[in-house]
Amino acid sequence: MSPNFPRELENEAIYIFREAVEQFKHPVLLFSGGKDSIALVQLAIRAFYPAKVPFPLMHIDTGHNFPEALAFRDEMVQKFGLDLIVEKVEDTIQEQGIIEEKGPYASRNALQSITLLDAIEKHKFDACFGGARRDEEKARAKERIFSVRDDFGQWSPEQQRPELFNMLNGSIQTGENVRVFPISNWTEWDVWNYIKEEEIALPSLYFAHEREVFHRDGMIWPASPYIQMSKGEETHRQIVRFRTVGDMTCTAAVASDARSMEDVMGEIWAAKISERGARIDDQRSEAAMEERKLNGYF
Amino acid sequence: MDIFKMDLLRIATSGSVDDGKSTLIGRLLYETKQIPEDKLQAIESASFKRGLDFLDLSLLTDGLIAERAQGITIDVAHIYFHTPERKFIIADTPGHVEYTRNMVTGASTAQASIILIDARKGILEQTKRHLFIAHLLQLSRVIVAVNKMDLVDYEEEVFRNIQSEFERMIERIGFQGKVHFLPMSALKGEGVTQFLGYQKWFEGPSLLDLLTELPLMEEEDKEESFRFQVQHVIRPKSSTHPDFRGFAGSLHTGETRVGQRISNARSGQSSTIKSMEKWGKAINSSKKDLALTLILEDEIDLRRGDILLHENEVASTRKQVKAELCWLNGASHQAGSTYILQQGTARTKCKIKSINKSIDLLNLEWKAGGELESNSISEIELQLASPLHMDPYSSVNKLGAFILIHPQSMLTLAVGFPKG
Repeated sequence: MSPNFPRELENEAIYIFREAVEQFKHPVLLFSGGKDSIALVQLAIRAFYPAKVPFPLMHIDTGHNFPEALAFRDEMVQKFGLDLIVEKVEDTIQEQGIIEEKGPYASRNALQSITLLDAIEKHKFDACFGGARRDEEKARAKERIFSVRDDFGQWSPEQQRPELFNMLNGSIQTGENVRVFPISNWTEWDVWNYIKEEEIALPSLYFAHEREVFHRDGMIWPASPYIQMSKGEETHRQIVRFRTVGDMTCTAAVASDARSMEDVMGEIWAAKISERGARIDDQRSEAAMEERKLNGYF
Repeated sequence: MDIFKMDLLRIATSGSVDDGKSTLIGRLLYETKQIPEDKLQAIESASFKRGLDFLDLSLLTDGLIAERAQGITIDVAHIYFHTPERKFIIADTPGHVEYTRNMVTGASTAQASIILIDARKGILEQTKRHLFIAHLLQLSRVIVAVNKMDLVDYEEEVFRNIQSEFERMIERIGFQGKVHFLPMSALKGEGVTQFLGYQKWFEGPSLLDLLTELPLMEEEDKEESFRFQVQHVIRPKSSTHPDFRGFAGSLHTGETRVGQRISNARSGQSSTIKSMEKWGKAINSSKKDLALTLILEDEIDLRRGDILLHENEVASTRKQVKAELCWLNGASHQAGSTYILQQGTARTKCKIKSINKSIDLLNLEWKAGGELESNSISEIELQLASPLHMDPYSSVNKLGAFILIHPQSMLTLAVGFPKG
């Protein structure tokens, strides 16, 4: 049997949003287009209703997007009257003369951190809301709700501030900024349940559809102009869906014919592979996430 | 089935180095089938690489690179699992002497605490520290898990001796909560979710059964006074809501309803609750809610940090506060320093006027004076710059607790528990 959504978690997330807006001068919501950040947008709207969401969304755009995700983003922003900032990894590459990764596994994932840090500095953001959850991964399990980063965007696990009861301390020194994680205590299942109970719209990528894919390392990769295929790899059409939606070069699909919310949730409940298992970027090394976090990834 | 009802129990676990805490949590996750296949495979291959002939379930939670190198746990980790009846959040805290702060942090959000003891080693200084922290935070439930029973041949006498010694300690400290004792072997899986027949002398229940049956905080709720703290004032000033003025905040204890007369503890000003809502959805009565919006009849001065009481209650607004204080930071207190005190969403400057006494955790005795330094627990007198309403701390009324923040480094230095 599958558990229901505990409303306590929604209250907690909304409390965190309100606390951050009170304690920081220039917060921003990091919007990835994935279901967690979509749930986050819904919570932000609720936290300040009937007032407007008092901060913008920011999308760090690798340029390797699923077209469906971009269309969804723009429609959502329009519908809820939100402000959206788009910062492009492509611009960082041009401005800083960066040589991109090459080969079949090339990804702009590492470059995203540079664009993000530059954008934080440019817009003078002191707090960034993120949709990370502690159940995703071992390094995340140890991160605070208000997670302080130094001048270089680095996370320092040994020097985290203790968070006691519901008290969040967002006071920082010049140059520091904070990542704020309102759904820290949610599990993947909680997010799905919430989306279902609240009838929150998701990009069509999350539901079964036919698309051009190829197989590599036991995973299903979406065919796209951004991924270099190796000799012997061939694309074919297949009915698939995505469990997470990120950059096209680092998001694997799963074979599925779950077209409705109920079907998708039924599959997830029965699934035996954890969510980040379908993220190609985490498979690179056992401690991949911790290494990226130390370098400013959110 | 009511879709808005799902139990959520928050637990803190603490133990000493090597008493098998990570293995216990790994075992709980494994036996409640929470471990996805890819993670299980990763553990299998890592166990094999280390030359082990069993599944090293501790690898599930021993996360960070630095920790793996040293084989220790360095910070509070949060772990999630569920049974059909309940969801659980475990705050897993390391058991080193220098990390009392993590134990207090983990226990601060928990309704119950699991204290792990190695059956071969018995009660250590850490064990005393753990119980004292449970006492300080007034946790209502403590589960004493005597682990590694397999290494003492599941002998009842070993377990009973530890139990008696622990009971003497409870008496000395004066711990008021309920304590459950449980013999187990997390490595073998005895006593965690089931009994495999090694301990025929023990009736149960298993740890999981115990956790599933523990009453939730709300269910244990005694008659508590209404305490609402303002967090954020919602003023849209939009064409659709030109005059809307909602006080978003947290109903920490007690109950309230539309029509209730309330007063601001800071100013004594009163008004009536005109309506209550959550993001536009009206509600008539409420209890314990972190995110509730009140709309009042009158335009009284009400701001972030203010505490509302029912009108007939007397506020205990004061500048002098006696409190138990646990120092959490490596930088010790320097006499005369000014700090920022945060109580929920309220802040004011403060000074520590005196240190009355400090606990010596080795023999659980209070001694006059003492230093406020990393991991110390003392009773102090505080002088606040602006008066605050402060209730004595209790596990039900956590609004009583406060933290101290360094005004330059901005680090959280200490946590305090006001006394009556």
